[in-house]
Amino acid sequence: MTTKAEAVINWIDERFPLTASIKGHLTEYYAPKNFNFWYFFGSLALMVLVIQIVTGIFLVMHYKPDASLNAAGVPVAFASVEYIMRDVPGGWLIRYMHSTGASAFFIVVYLHMFRGLLYGSYRKPRELIWIFGVLIFLALMAEAFMGYLLPWGQMSFWGAQVIVNLFSAIPVIGPDLSLVIRGDYVVSDATLNRFFSFHVIAVPLVLIGLVAAHIVALHEVGSNNPDGVEIKKKKDANGIPLDGIPFHPYYTVKDIVGVVAFLFVFTAIVFFAPEGGGYFLEFNNFIPADPLKTPPHIAPVWYFTPFYSVLRAVTYPLFGIDAKFWGVVAMGAAVVIIAFLPWLDRSPVKSIRYKGPIFKAVLAVFVVAFVILGYLGVLPPTPGRTLVSQICSVIYFGFFLLMPWYSKMDQCKPEPERVNFK
Amino acid sequence: MNSRGLKMIKKMLLASVLIPAAVSASGPELHLDKAPVSTDPAALQHGAKLFVNYCLNCHGASYVRYNRLTEIGLSTDSIKDNLMFTAEKVGEQMTIAMRPAEAKAWFGAAPPDLSVIARSRASEFGSGADWLYTYLRTFYRDPARPTGWNNVVFENVGMPHILYELQGEQVAKISEKDDGHGGKVKEVNLELAKPGKLSKDEYDKAVGDLVSYLVWMGEPVAEKRKAIGKVVLAALAGLFVLAFALKKNYWKDIH
Repeated sequence: MTTKAEAVINWIDERFPLTASIKGHLTEYYAPKNFNFWYFFGSLALMVLVIQIVTGIFLVMHYKPDASLNAAGVPVAFASVEYIMRDVPGGWLIRYMHSTGASAFFIVVYLHMFRGLLYGSYRKPRELIWIFGVLIFLALMAEAFMGYLLPWGQMSFWGAQVIVNLFSAIPVIGPDLSLVIRGDYVVSDATLNRFFSFHVIAVPLVLIGLVAAHIVALHEVGSNNPDGVEIKKKKDANGIPLDGIPFHPYYTVKDIVGVVAFLFVFTAIVFFAPEGGGYFLEFNNFIPADPLKTPPHIAPVWYFTPFYSVLRAVTYPLFGIDAKFWGVVAMGAAVVIIAFLPWLDRSPVKSIRYKGPIFKAVLAVFVVAFVILGYLGVLPPTPGRTLVSQICSVIYFGFFLLMPWYSKMDQCKPEPERVNFK
Repeated sequence: MNSRGLKMIKKMLLASVLIPAAVSASGPELHLDKAPVSTDPAALQHGAKLFVNYCLNCHGASYVRYNRLTEIGLSTDSIKDNLMFTAEKVGEQMTIAMRPAEAKAWFGAAPPDLSVIARSRASEFGSGADWLYTYLRTFYRDPARPTGWNNVVFENVGMPHILYELQGEQVAKISEKDDGHGGKVKEVNLELAKPGKLSKDEYDKAVGDLVSYLVWMGEPVAEKRKAIGKVVLAALAGLFVLAFALKKNYWKDIH
């Protein structure tokens, strides 16, 4: 005898792999039992994505991508954001969640990527997961960059102006390319509308597709863990990894703890410091975009600043091409090079727990250099700062490009047979 | 969390604290006085009165509706009778009759909308309120300027000293001072040459109220936001205890 509920499930299962999907991805997806703190950030990134999509849907109901001036002389787009903040019930909360969510997304994603570095999550057989991840990071940067134009404040406008102008440094196609990106000779209403279109439709579609691919690939090969050993090598009589536990309920209940802790910090910012000290919402962006008034100092939002510093660090023209072009190349390379990690790391072990002193030291220097680059990217350049950012850029690239050598010569400890769990 | 994870975080935090000290910021220093920002309804109402009488002729506050002022304790009738000079309905926005293009021709730059001015003027030197509080108290007579006025924190500003009948007229003694790094900095000392209707303390208090109003107007929901935030954080703290207990219970069999 089957109950009515079972009958409905059976009916669906004959037409769609419902039970099989739930088993494959949740109740019979075996994850290593020794995940630590660093493993919260994957599920948190997914949650921030959902926050951004849901709040974004509601923002679009009232936001107007229109650069023309209203009767009071304020751009319609800028005024529509203030309309959301003041006249739409609960609009301020939705908007602050979205603006804080943008920064939270990068914090969570940077920590998620750092976890990969710590435990060698990019190594065979997880190269594709890593590449999908780098593509997600790229899409996220595009999404954030275009979203930042929408409030149509001074930093929105001039930030976009500076970044789009970078493309004009590319030889031959540069000027036309930047024209296509802007849809005009300057950042204008055409730019605002196409960025809006990309921000709410094109890039989110790509992001969601990539996230799906990232997770499908992960569930195909199974998760890595802080010990960097493959749990699938030791299975019981039923073919279940000895050190694996079903994702649901064990990691769902654990991730709920992480989600609540994260939301505590997130809502503390949303309700008590939504401007994030001028880093999440830049003060200058409360001034409507004015194409005739260039701010004395144009700084990108904090999550772009490490890469922006790499760009500014390149000050020498090469092969008769402007230094700006090579800066753009360096900035692009700084992101793309991350995708090559699986083939740069030649260490016999995956996890930092069994790697030798060389890797630990190099990683520490790399993290410090990355933070310095981020800090310098906020500030206007001086000769001294440029020199520091050049040194840090060399360290940044050195971390990746010298890895085949230093990872091989490091004194590694032997990996354990099974994971450590107490 | 394991101890390795903790150690790594500690290292990163330490690095991020030490680096800013190593590469300190430079640029023109701006000395701002700390604004006495208040959320007291009486101060906000006084500020609203000053705002409507002195600012709302040239500056709009086009995102703010008059009836929002009920949130600082004013009744709809008193808003209509005392604060609405040009608007007809209490749901209207605080707009002005002067058109932006004309304003630009007359002043060189159109006076900015003041709805979010307190948020936009924040910088590493102080809050937006501090900037406004200092700005509105440091106008001085300068015959070289078309309006006859100049300002210490906003040099060569297009705006004349609109509150001069309250403050009186200040004159500046400009001297050059060693900045301690081999350079020179301009130092401006202000003296009251002709007193206004208010004493110095009264004027500072009035400007404080006006700035408090501008801060309120920048984000009228700010106080409500913080009040809701406390409830949300308390609820999340409670939820955390439950979530943690649930996790402990489920995981007790995992060895």
